[in-house]
Amino acid sequence: MAELRVDQAVIADLVTEGARILDLGCGDGLLLEYLFRHKRVKGFGVEISEEGIRSCISRGLPVYHGDIDQGLEDHRDGAFDFVILSHTLQTIHHPRFVLQEMLRVGRKGIVSFPNFGHWEIRLSLLLHGRMPKSPVLPYDWHDTPNIHMCTIRDFEELCRESGIQIVRQIPLNSAGNVPQGAIKRSLAKHLLPLAGANLMAPMAVFLLERPPS
Amino acid sequence: MSKESASHSVGIVQTHIVQLFDEHHPLALDSGAQLAPVQVAYETYGQLNAEGSNAILICHALSGNAHAAGRHSPDDKKPGWWDSYIGPGRPYDTNRYFIISSNNLGGCDGATGPSSIDPATGKPYALRFPMITLSDMARVQKALVDHLGVKKLMAVAGGSMGGMIALQWALDYPDRVPACIMVGSTPRLSAQNIAFNAVARQAILSDPNFNNGDHYDGPKPVNGLALARMIAHITYLSEQGLHEKFGRKLQNRETFSFGFEPDFAVESYLYYQGSSFVKRFDANTYLYITKAMDYFDPFPDPETAARVLAPIHCKFLVVSFDTDWRFSTSKSKEMVRILQNNQKNVTFQEVNSHHGHDAFLLDAPSFKQTLAVFLDRCYREAVGMEAPVG
Repeated sequence: MAELRVDQAVIADLVTEGARILDLGCGDGLLLEYLFRHKRVKGFGVEISEEGIRSCISRGLPVYHGDIDQGLEDHRDGAFDFVILSHTLQTIHHPRFVLQEMLRVGRKGIVSFPNFGHWEIRLSLLLHGRMPKSPVLPYDWHDTPNIHMCTIRDFEELCRESGIQIVRQIPLNSAGNVPQGAIKRSLAKHLLPLAGANLMAPMAVFLLERPPS
Repeated sequence: MSKESASHSVGIVQTHIVQLFDEHHPLALDSGAQLAPVQVAYETYGQLNAEGSNAILICHALSGNAHAAGRHSPDDKKPGWWDSYIGPGRPYDTNRYFIISSNNLGGCDGATGPSSIDPATGKPYALRFPMITLSDMARVQKALVDHLGVKKLMAVAGGSMGGMIALQWALDYPDRVPACIMVGSTPRLSAQNIAFNAVARQAILSDPNFNNGDHYDGPKPVNGLALARMIAHITYLSEQGLHEKFGRKLQNRETFSFGFEPDFAVESYLYYQGSSFVKRFDANTYLYITKAMDYFDPFPDPETAARVLAPIHCKFLVVSFDTDWRFSTSKSKEMVRILQNNQKNVTFQEVNSHHGHDAFLLDAPSFKQTLAVFLDRCYREAVGMEAPVG
């Protein structure tokens, strides 16, 4: 059985049964397919790469070829229960704009990203003086889709400045995979306490809401 | 999936003609009129499987015909209009799928249309032919599909107006169409689209040889029809594509003529397009079909869209080309938005090409790959190898 990345497994757990979802930067469609099959969601993915689109088509998933940096103007306010940005935040040009758009078209937003504040990354930079690489961040600095790396504290601050409510913050102790069949059982052992998360968590998931108007 | 390099043509094919409606069983048209007899020309490629689950209906655009693939004889100059997409190893893979292609009702290439003999007078219908709609065209195709023993299609597909007919199929026969492919198409014509059609029709109607449509025994309105085609042809190409092809090149001359003969290569090209079109196309068919396109508007408002889409379980593939300005990406997105707002399963891709609207007829590798993957998925669902998602 295919595996989900830990953050995808956490996201899948947060999404409620039968929800209307929008998966921004859905990539090969692994998470989206899981949500359709196991959470009976409605909705679709948005993906910029043709390879990603074809992978989603091959899985039978509805996918929209588009650039999320251009905004979500095709969608009405509150059209979705959840708008998901899984491992994509670091690749977009206008993170604040996209977050605001997410919470315009969705009641809730779920964002996961690799935490650049993780101690291994800090140590790597300190010891080697070179841009850090890791299994989730495998690219050379000059040839990477990841143009906006941030730490958990950076992200918290962006949310605060943008008036976005952080409903839940879920730091993870791993950025690896979990088998789909054992998601519920195995998830707990990947969760970290909030204290020290910016140092200890290689990845984090945030559940966000619009500020009450 | 087969590799492109291993793909080849379907080879020599034959057009068949079948009568689907007669005076005892006439075709009921949307206008309320009845039409009989009604025949269509069609071609098929590949084999229908034992379960009858692998049939794809292909709908042609304004000026197309039933001859979508292969050649009629070894020395045929040109293959069918979608030849590079149909054949063993091609997206419409004839090793796996059974492809059906027919001339649209109202056409002039084997289907009953204005040039057909009106049994009431023994003469061609001309403008006495009833007004037809895209739904009427789909109704005739449905009779053909029945005639071929196909109970449920695997997919219906078309480009430009063919995509509009494919959409009409999905709406009119929801139990027969699990997948609908619309390429370079639109849910409705814009004012600009209608304007171009109106100018094309005026070119035909104002030709001195038009003779109120009765031109089958005498000189034909070739100048008007050629002009209509030339105008339309400009809208099929992108400015960039046209410029890359012709630039400001002169045609067979070194200097300007300082007169009104065609100096530029692009002029000569357009004249050629016009003059070759009139040899194969009926001016009255052009009038009827463009009018049917103008009328097409299945989703005039959100309430109607919700009502007509309610029984639809079909999944859609909508593809646009970035330099198409006849039916631009914004038209495809309009279609996608209507489907998304009604919670339908729709996939959209914009393909990069400099060929404008014509791109869907030409070799567009990215579109080909996407189409092949989509059809493969449809096939796996149709034969029960995969369950549909959602």
